[in-house]
Amino acid sequence: MPAVSKGDGMRGLAVFISDIRNCKSKEAEIKRINKELANIRSKFKGDKALDGYSKKKYVCKLLFIFLLGHDIDFGHMEAVNLLSSNKYTEKQIGYLFISVLVNSNSELIRLINNAIKNDLSSRNPTFMCLALHCIANVGSREMAEAFAGEIPRILVAGDTMDSVKQSAALCLLRLYKASPDLVLMGEWTSRVVHLLNDQHMGVVTAAISLITCLSSKNPDEFKTCVSLAVSRLSRIVSSASTDLQDYTYYFVPAPWLSCKLLRLLQCYPPPEDGAVKGRLVECLETILNKAQEPPKSKKVQHSNAKNAILFEAISLIIHYDSEPNLLVRACNQLGQFLQHRETNLRYLALESMCTLASSEFSHEAVKTHIETVINALKTERDVSVRQRAADLLYAMCDRSNAKQIVAEMLSYLETADYSIREEMVLKVAILAEKYAVDYSWYVDTILNLIRIAGDYVSEEVWYRVIQIVINRDDVQGYAAKTVFEALQAPACHENMVKVGGYILGEFGNLIAGDPRSSPLVQFNLLHSKFHLCSVPTRALLLSAYIKFINLFPETKATIQEVLRSDSQIRNSDVELQQRAVEYLKLSSIASTDVLATVLEEMPPFPERESSILAKLKKKKGPGAVSVELEDGKERGELNGGGDRGGDAAIAASNASTPSPSADLLGLRSTAPVSGTTPSAGSLLVDVFSEAGPSATSAGVNDDGFLSSAPPTVASEDPAPPLPESDELLNKFVCKNNGVLFENQLLQIGIKSEYRQNLGRMYLFYGNKTSVQFVSFNTTVSCPGELQSHILQCICTHTHTLLNVQTKTVEPLVEGGAQVQQVINIECLTDFIDAPLLNIKFRYGGALQNISLKLPVTINKFFQPTEMAAADFFQRWKQLSQPQQEAQKIFKASHGMDTEVLKAKLLGLGTALLENVDPNPENYVCAGVIQTKAQQVGCLLRLEPNAQAQMYRLTLRSSKDTVSQRVCDLLAEQF
Amino acid sequence: MQFMLLFSRQGKLRLQKWYVPLSDKEKKKITRELVQTVLARKPKMCSFLEWRDLKVVYKRYASLYFCCAIENQDNELITLEIIHRYVELLDKYFGSVCELDIIFNFEKAYFILDEFLLGGEAQDTSKKNVLKAIEQADLLQENRPRQFFFLSAQLTTEKPL
Repeated sequence: MPAVSKGDGMRGLAVFISDIRNCKSKEAEIKRINKELANIRSKFKGDKALDGYSKKKYVCKLLFIFLLGHDIDFGHMEAVNLLSSNKYTEKQIGYLFISVLVNSNSELIRLINNAIKNDLSSRNPTFMCLALHCIANVGSREMAEAFAGEIPRILVAGDTMDSVKQSAALCLLRLYKASPDLVLMGEWTSRVVHLLNDQHMGVVTAAISLITCLSSKNPDEFKTCVSLAVSRLSRIVSSASTDLQDYTYYFVPAPWLSCKLLRLLQCYPPPEDGAVKGRLVECLETILNKAQEPPKSKKVQHSNAKNAILFEAISLIIHYDSEPNLLVRACNQLGQFLQHRETNLRYLALESMCTLASSEFSHEAVKTHIETVINALKTERDVSVRQRAADLLYAMCDRSNAKQIVAEMLSYLETADYSIREEMVLKVAILAEKYAVDYSWYVDTILNLIRIAGDYVSEEVWYRVIQIVINRDDVQGYAAKTVFEALQAPACHENMVKVGGYILGEFGNLIAGDPRSSPLVQFNLLHSKFHLCSVPTRALLLSAYIKFINLFPETKATIQEVLRSDSQIRNSDVELQQRAVEYLKLSSIASTDVLATVLEEMPPFPERESSILAKLKKKKGPGAVSVELEDGKERGELNGGGDRGGDAAIAASNASTPSPSADLLGLRSTAPVSGTTPSAGSLLVDVFSEAGPSATSAGVNDDGFLSSAPPTVASEDPAPPLPESDELLNKFVCKNNGVLFENQLLQIGIKSEYRQNLGRMYLFYGNKTSVQFVSFNTTVSCPGELQSHILQCICTHTHTLLNVQTKTVEPLVEGGAQVQQVINIECLTDFIDAPLLNIKFRYGGALQNISLKLPVTINKFFQPTEMAAADFFQRWKQLSQPQQEAQKIFKASHGMDTEVLKAKLLGLGTALLENVDPNPENYVCAGVIQTKAQQVGCLLRLEPNAQAQMYRLTLRSSKDTVSQRVCDLLAEQF
Repeated sequence: MQFMLLFSRQGKLRLQKWYVPLSDKEKKKITRELVQTVLARKPKMCSFLEWRDLKVVYKRYASLYFCCAIENQDNELITLEIIHRYVELLDKYFGSVCELDIIFNFEKAYFILDEFLLGGEAQDTSKKNVLKAIEQADLLQENRPRQFFFLSAQLTTEKPL
């Protein structure tokens, strides 16, 4: 095709581009551009009307300048003129400019929308396509508002040209992604699904992207697409490579469409209909078979297209995770790719195998490739491929191969890229703990980790090794010996000093019999590192020293000497100074017995999920850690995990030295032992299984006589909510934090945060008495009709922040202590009744049973929406059906101060819109309530009447129950 | 697909197409970062990389890099072929396309891309259909001769790696 015949050149534009390219320096370029901008400005401002061609040329120049990276702040009007032109080339340039330089000037948008509207109704397919492209490129909310209703009609109309249908489908997809609330498929759903059957392959290719996106959000409404997709796929897979003419790409029939079909099927579980499922399995088998056939072309495009389908098919097989035969075949196929000469295929095979490793059906098959993967870790030249290999090793690790994999990962760490070291360290630490059979191996591994990559060993990792050593007495002697040896190295990492200091302070006695590691040798070894360490480590070492005095009285004089030296006792750091003073004093005045009690060996830590997992998950984002590590374990860290470690534990065990800044290591709590109720996830079941609070409750029972009697069944039922619980709830409508409840015994504080349809609430239960609460237990339930579909509460560990010396089976809240509970909330659809919180505990033997409403109200899920006056009134009018409106007129029960009112309205979660209501005394707000099921747009108007001390509150939303509920809630606030 | 960038070996941006709303500042930042990352990679390295929470798929044709950012569940290999099909379309339209064609006729490069990809998804994968749409459009244009340029290395001759 000769290049000359193509389109029209714009000579002036070409000259300008040449000029720019010939500029020798950045300055020259800027000078040339400024000259041009001045020229264009004067042309646009000049009296002489520009002809279309010149306008087009100048707009194009502006576009070019913008694409070079310069700011352009004019020319939009000219572009709008162009796109309203009847000449195709002018229209095209006008649209291009607008698509690239999106502008939010509302007047401009109105003009653009007008032009688009004209083109859409022009029945000229080229014009329609240009208009649709522009909407798809800009994708703004204004455009969605203007056209989301029209485009589905164009998409399914019988007389729409194929090319227009294609553009309409993808245009709608873009609008749906940007403003899902505005694109309502409703009546069009089935006709859109049937586009999968369209004669024109291009229409199917475009439509399926839209259908996939809609299906992933509304699977039920679109589920008929499954059988259609399977039959379409089956026709393509079984077609000869020439059948599909131009849709065959390098001998592969319709690779894009095939991939998209396989992707769509991943929105659904395996088909229930046996025939459909059979057909699909046949397709998947054919795809796997084709991978074994000799290539029809040597071109990389051929193999890429073919393998793209293969990988998508494997993704579907993994998604179903129910066909052992296919899973193993997939694994074998990927195994072949592991050694392929194409780096791309090796990369993808490693990545894909990672997910296969977590399936019970294919885990073993994946493991057979261990040598190849280890080899990849060692020899791949591309770091991104090595990273995939490391991920796969982690995923395929189990008890049988843990030692080998951990050893390989450790040796890789020595040369690993800096960017991935921290993650590698976490992985090694997790595997070492998870699959440790003998704990000396575990200790060796972690110490190696610190030796090789000390800088990348986070707190979680070294806390964890200490917890484990303390809890397992079979490994303590070994640990002491090993750290002692590791500390011999002339240069050892500070993390090693921390672990060494802690472990020798606790268990140095276990190796003190050997003259080579006598108490004084141990002490001198530790102290030789002291001066090289940071303040937190020094503080830890000082605690280790005082422990030494208890373990080895013969070191007392030496250590006291050290503590007494100016560099300790007059240290400029308050914490170090305080420790030195207090430890010195303690060691001089306390009797041996007292000393032995105060400096007793650490009690075992409560068994808890590793916080390292949470850390890794945070680093990698969701999905990176295999499924079994979900939820509960992650939250383990929120409450516990990390806050228990090294130095804080020593400091706290020194009961006589309550250091005000014992938190130096950045730990949240100094509590050495925490009572943990491992209730992660279990309350989820409670919420759905419990049929709300029973009416036959015994209520609060503080009768002392009953205290020794075993509790009757009735008294264990949750009490009915307190009479004042509605009032308490109302306090929290416009705020998220505060004290929810308080009586003589208990205080309950709340902190909560919400994002979209999710919320997280922290409840703090404070024991106000000096006596412990026993059998402390809380449950959250959703009342009545709502329980099945409204809120999902997953309650996780409760956790004490203060000292509980013994390992508890029953949850205890010590006198003066506070326990924390985290509740995660997901709003599934709109609701009225708040969930109930029931708290039960025994205080001095008497059962306390309190029920409250948790302050979770529908307005918590508001997303504020800013809009201009015109938009507001347009929408207000749209919501004019009587049931969409709720109104209340009520007397002011508080002052009518403007700022207070504003703060409350903002606290409600809506956007407060200024300059909308013609009466400046009035307030209008807008917001969208986000629930999983849908989004409900909501508009609000509050009209205060200062003279009458009255308000009129009006709510309009697309859902009657929402209008009413928000109106009721808000009316109580003023 | 979230965006597509075309840039030269010298790091000059030749075409940018964004399918997600981002501010100009963010776009510039992303472009700078990504151009640097990709140019720093050696030949023979794999065409995919993890970047922020996206996957980046890139390929070099002569002096130009074509680079797409896709989401996690998207298919890397088929994206590589999206790039290739786009290069084929440019090649067919310009007749042995080279970087200069794209510089001097950037608006055409955008039009062709819009016919092929819309909102980040393939609109039509048939070469014939896409070109037909462009040619129909060209027929509607006034006839002014297009500029001639010296054609440098053709894009479709993939540089031996």
